[in-house]
Amino acid sequence: MTAITQIRRNDQPIYLDYQATTPMDPRVLEAMMPYFTHKFGNSGSRSHAYGWEAEEGTEKARAQVARLIGADEKEVIFTSGATESNNLAIRGVAEFYKDRKNHIITTVTEHKCVLDTCRHLEQQGFEVTYLPVQKDGLLDLDVLRAAITDKTVLVSVMAVNNEIGVIQPLAEIGRICREKKVFFHTDAAQAAGKIPLDVEALNVDLMSISGHKIYGPKGIGALYVRRKPRVRLVPMIVGGGQERGFRSGTLPTPLCVGLGEAAEICMKEMDAEAKRLKKLQERMLNGLRAKLTDIVVNGDLEHRIPGNLNISFAYVEGESLMMGIKNLAVSSGSACTSASLEPSYVLRALGVEEDMAHTSLRIGLGRFTTEHEVDTAVDELVRHVNKLREMSPLWEMAQEGIDIKSIEWAAH
Amino acid sequence: MAYSEKLIDHYENPRNIGSFDKTAGDVGTGLVGAPACGDVMKLQIKVGADGLIEDAKFKTFGCGSAIASSSLVTEWVKGKTIDEAEAIKNTDIARHLALPPVKIHCSVLAEDAIKAAIADYRAKAAKKDDKADAAE
Repeated sequence: MTAITQIRRNDQPIYLDYQATTPMDPRVLEAMMPYFTHKFGNSGSRSHAYGWEAEEGTEKARAQVARLIGADEKEVIFTSGATESNNLAIRGVAEFYKDRKNHIITTVTEHKCVLDTCRHLEQQGFEVTYLPVQKDGLLDLDVLRAAITDKTVLVSVMAVNNEIGVIQPLAEIGRICREKKVFFHTDAAQAAGKIPLDVEALNVDLMSISGHKIYGPKGIGALYVRRKPRVRLVPMIVGGGQERGFRSGTLPTPLCVGLGEAAEICMKEMDAEAKRLKKLQERMLNGLRAKLTDIVVNGDLEHRIPGNLNISFAYVEGESLMMGIKNLAVSSGSACTSASLEPSYVLRALGVEEDMAHTSLRIGLGRFTTEHEVDTAVDELVRHVNKLREMSPLWEMAQEGIDIKSIEWAAH
Repeated sequence: MAYSEKLIDHYENPRNIGSFDKTAGDVGTGLVGAPACGDVMKLQIKVGADGLIEDAKFKTFGCGSAIASSSLVTEWVKGKTIDEAEAIKNTDIARHLALPPVKIHCSVLAEDAIKAAIADYRAKAAKKDDKADAAE
């Protein structure tokens, strides 16, 4: 099938939010279609051709996912998505080993589903250490090493951050965990299919994967669970004992097939795609820097997936900027876009000042992003940042040489 | 977030953006909010010899609701006496723009900005009177 160059309709905004979700690749949809209709069997049905056909689909998909991460297919179990995978990995390990060990280590910039799972375990009496990250968003390995005790059962560190796209030093973390005989779980929802991942080379024991972040369907994900040395889990969903007993429930065959196909396409196209996205990322950043001053990239730019930029546009509040750039679909770290009215906890963890966190946008580039779209986005951003700076009292003060930090603001 | 047409109109075509000379005797300046909270409003009024607010300007760093709230109040205060302008309530602003509940604080800030601008103008006027008294 020929490569698809555009997936949105012309009346839709330019999609620049690939860390939120990705459109499904038409090749993935094509692979899934037969499993909605004539190949509808239950992969658990052993007694007839319908079941066998469905099982063929799910097992091929399992192998495709396994290949993407250098695993054995027996080590891949299907879940409903990365949130479930993260829940199962962390709670499953914690509960299984709780008689011997009760300590979990994670970082403050994890996805909410990891943090919330850990909070839940704390309420049940587990000890959790939330490690800080450095200014660039990366974990300090000495801090990790110092945090591990003989009660530590699991270290959970995300591979790639969903807001700032930084890649954690997985190989080093894996080595430390193996040396200290602690299980290593990584939430690879934003990493799988984007950067090379090999569970053997990285010493990863558990890895969470999401379908819809890799141009596959929503509602499906996977958890890699190492067999040698074996990692054991208490299941959260019990029943028919599917997925090695770790996750009961009839497999959603079309979704599994879609995840597998998505994984295979990512694997084949990863190198070329990474190069293409790197160019687009540079084009975007250079375009903005050429026409705007006072913009700051949040998080390390080198150790970062090429499909992400997180930029603070000083003196311009993020939500108002998003209202202006109606033709662009992006997300913001500004408080005003969240129900909690708190600015991004990830940016705060990097030490980004609250006022700068309020001015941040997350720009996600992906498989269907074109140069033309990047150029249009740069133009729109420049126009609206300038317009909003013209009406920003902070910009006015900065131009007058007044240090905004010297003013005693009344917090409200 | 779904915003009302009036709010979007004020955001897209903000009225009275700009600044007056804040040292001028007939200008009152209110600067409220905080960058860390995500909104800062600067509202200025220019008061005529007849005691009426003859012009108003604003600059706002903040979300669309904050920009719209401050744009709206610059329209509302024009032609009013200081006492009338002081009586503008945040609830009126919120109702006019149909602010969603999480954005009510933007209208509160706009009301604070008017009050701060008026207080600044009055303080300047009082000083002027003192000087005038001293000169007599």
